[in-house]
Amino acid sequence: MLRIEVMSEPPVVTRRSLRNARKKRERRISIVGIFGELLITCGVLVFLFLGWQLWLNDLILGAVDNKDAAELSKVWDTTNNFTDDEPQITTKDYGDPVVSTAPAEGKTFAVMYVPRFGKDWVREIAEGTGLTDVLNTRRIGHYDNSQMPGEIGNFAVAAHRLTYGAPFKDINLLRAGDKVYVKTEKGYYTYVVRNLEYVDRHGVGVLYKVPQTEGKDPTARVMTIMSCNPVWSTAERIIAYAVYESWRPITAGPPAEIAPLVNAKP
Amino acid sequence: MRNPELYAALWRVLPGPWWVKLLILLVLITALLFCLVEWIFPWVNTLLPLPDVTVE
Repeated sequence: MLRIEVMSEPPVVTRRSLRNARKKRERRISIVGIFGELLITCGVLVFLFLGWQLWLNDLILGAVDNKDAAELSKVWDTTNNFTDDEPQITTKDYGDPVVSTAPAEGKTFAVMYVPRFGKDWVREIAEGTGLTDVLNTRRIGHYDNSQMPGEIGNFAVAAHRLTYGAPFKDINLLRAGDKVYVKTEKGYYTYVVRNLEYVDRHGVGVLYKVPQTEGKDPTARVMTIMSCNPVWSTAERIIAYAVYESWRPITAGPPAEIAPLVNAKP
Repeated sequence: MRNPELYAALWRVLPGPWWVKLLILLVLITALLFCLVEWIFPWVNTLLPLPDVTVE
């Protein structure tokens, strides 16, 4: 007799069976998996925030203030009937600068042009150095106990180096001989960068009429430009001193170096 | 339910073929980023300590 042996088939490993097995494994609710995904999401959000705070927002706010400052500058030109159509005398001594009286706290009374910070860089200067009312409104703050632009003594300003528009982001790039132009309703005050100095955050000597020399009567017009140092810290202050060079009434038009920027059509 | 993780679930919930899903996802991400930059990040910023740049 012929015996036919029927052998039970061994389990065949197919692609389908593998997939089914995997599906079964994945069907288990993975609490750890979901928690992990939430953590990764939070991490990504934190990095996004840092990118926004330290980079993107400064670009946005900087551009906004650039525009505001340029518009304000135009307004002063208009109210003083200055048009760039007339030929300008580029070199002439206009004598001692006209000094404005101190404006109200928080008011934007000047704009600042620093070619070293970029060929289209212009920012507003407001009275006072309060954080919430001036510095965190992306503007540069003028120490209200320091002198006005062009006044004998010390014209001292401060601004953020990072965050809130970071007007003085590149303050460390200033070099001796760089021009700093301050424009008010009255005209243009040109200062020339002399040196950088680093002080700790209590170094109020930089604000004296003769910087770092208390109680001395000033004879020169200097400008103190201040921000925090190092970049990611507020432990120290970086100071750029600039010395007054010349003055032009607003009707004489802007100094040659910044004329294309000042007279640019909006 | 296949992958129980959040983003896999989101991908499954989205209708249409993969490229429609991708398109919807990109729109969603853009909207999320806009909300973050426009409202949420500025609000978070107000909760952080203020950096001081003046001398005192």
